[in-house]
Amino acid sequence: MLSDKDRIFTNIYGFEGSDLKSAKKRGDWSKTASFIKKDREWIIEEVKASGLRGRGGAGFPTGLKWSFMPKTLGERPHYLVINADESEPGTCKDRDILRNEPHKLIEGALLAGFAMGAHAAYIYVRGEFYNEGSALWKAIHEAYDAGLLGKNAAKSGWDFDIVVHRGAGAYICGEETALIESIEGKKGQPRNKPPFPAMAGLYSCPTTVNNVETIAVVPTILRRGGKWFSGLGLNEKNAGTKLFCISGHVNNPCNVEEEMGIPLKELIEKHCGGVRGGWDNLLAVIPGGSSTPMLPKDICDTIHMDFDSLREVGTGLGTAGIIVMDKSTDVIQAICRLSQFYMHESCGQCTPCREGTGWLWRVMKRMVQGNATVEEIDMLFEVTKEIEGHTICALGDAAAWPIQGLIKHFRPEMERRIMEYRKAA
Amino acid sequence: MKKPFDLHADYQPESFVFNKAYQGLAQDAIARYPQERQQSAVMPLLDLAQRQVAEEGAKATPVHGGWIPRAAMDHIAEVLDMPKVKVYEVASFYSMYNTAPVGQHLVQFCTTTPCWLCGSADIVNACKDHLGIGMGETTKDGKFSLMEVECLGACVNAPMVQINDDYYEDLTPASMVEVLETLAQGLKPEIGSQTGRKASMSAAGPTTLKEEAKKAKVV
Repeated sequence: MLSDKDRIFTNIYGFEGSDLKSAKKRGDWSKTASFIKKDREWIIEEVKASGLRGRGGAGFPTGLKWSFMPKTLGERPHYLVINADESEPGTCKDRDILRNEPHKLIEGALLAGFAMGAHAAYIYVRGEFYNEGSALWKAIHEAYDAGLLGKNAAKSGWDFDIVVHRGAGAYICGEETALIESIEGKKGQPRNKPPFPAMAGLYSCPTTVNNVETIAVVPTILRRGGKWFSGLGLNEKNAGTKLFCISGHVNNPCNVEEEMGIPLKELIEKHCGGVRGGWDNLLAVIPGGSSTPMLPKDICDTIHMDFDSLREVGTGLGTAGIIVMDKSTDVIQAICRLSQFYMHESCGQCTPCREGTGWLWRVMKRMVQGNATVEEIDMLFEVTKEIEGHTICALGDAAAWPIQGLIKHFRPEMERRIMEYRKAA
Repeated sequence: MKKPFDLHADYQPESFVFNKAYQGLAQDAIARYPQERQQSAVMPLLDLAQRQVAEEGAKATPVHGGWIPRAAMDHIAEVLDMPKVKVYEVASFYSMYNTAPVGQHLVQFCTTTPCWLCGSADIVNACKDHLGIGMGETTKDGKFSLMEVECLGACVNAPMVQINDDYYEDLTPASMVEVLETLAQGLKPEIGSQTGRKASMSAAGPTTLKEEAKKAKVV
């Protein structure tokens, strides 16, 4: 178990104040200018050495991503965009950073912004997080008043501004190019790539989009060294600490910062008081937010919570939003509700997703009743494969995967329900 | 799910302008974006229009909540020098912009899987029974509207609802009704967890940062 001295988010529950003075007591904003004075390459190399991978779901190496930005500032300004549009069902970690640790995010924004040659950051906060967005604004104003933002930010010699842009209820804006469109004042519909944002992003300028947690861990990594961070976790590719959100059928649902690669069972037993009714009452777990395929109990018994361990069993760490289901769960309904979610959130731009998500939901509703044929399970699977990979963004994939996971692990339950429905009819 | 956007509905007012206070806020919002990029301010301005209508609605009889009349969208198009249809597009794309009148307290139920697993259906039913209205409906006194929404990102504090700007978490049918009753009296309920738990820590007490919890007298 991660010890408190190795925790980055020491105020994740808001036991102390989120204000600047309290944040400084926790070590935030110390030595900030000295990192900037070293230079841009040093920051990027240190982040690369830490093994930090993006915390928003895809797990792309952060230092490498930053290095894609043009090396020199041309005519077009560079932008850092921070994705706080946290909307993946099961995920509620960035919310705690925004309301309880905003200064980690602001300091991280300055450091990351400098590393990629950006003088401005836009933080896109989901509209529903009204109070969290306000807490962030308040912290930003504090930072301006203390000279930590604005001209010569934190006496580093680098000018840096931060603007909060509030969303208005659209899951799709968590997709980086949809998010950029949204900041530009348009419908949040994803763009085709290429061009990638690092070449042409916000206002057609070089842009990097990072998740809140990714940016907020950067100051601590620089203070304690990339080696410290990479020494935590399962291995160098799955390193560091991670905020986990455990919801659903556990005795004590919570958010907790733990080491990357902690066994799922240990995470649930130590921090959540176990599965409701005991470990043997576990049916399945969605390990990384709603889009990651579910795992049945026998895999949960031994699985480690990190990018590569979860990929090996056909799912993913995603956002580390863990949804636990005990044996009382109607597992088909649980996935059907996610199908409804993706139908509602499809932006409507690509036909396979716009039409497919609705079709999946309608068939899933019949699967819940058992009002289907066994062959339709195969057809359902086939259609998810037709959607996956055939859309501009990954929302189509995200709608397909939960159903694929259900069929892979719970096909007998689906068939049983069809038989029962027929018997009753 | 939100009501369709009807440009010509009879509830649409003839005109809309930002009042003085909101004009100032609108200018602040526009100033946040680079020059020539004022279209970026369309979302903050739509939000401001909805808030101004909500303020007016609190004084009206019967009361009503925040929504964005077509006239407000037209006004915003003018302020930002963009085609009206581009404003309509944005207003109808995002679920938080109410394009038709709603009650003073818009109760938005999260019923997505994590909340559903923790009994969101019981919370929905408690509200329906208590208020005597269905999903998408508004009480006769204009005080409450019910709306089903997708995941609100407070999954470890499920089940939860959002009412206007605030989250109410760790709900039971009884505490949900209490929240409604407090609001009906014109008072403000305690926001956040309704069981008194601090943020997203374990309800049995934090499993980490115990020293900090002790100092803060949480445990």
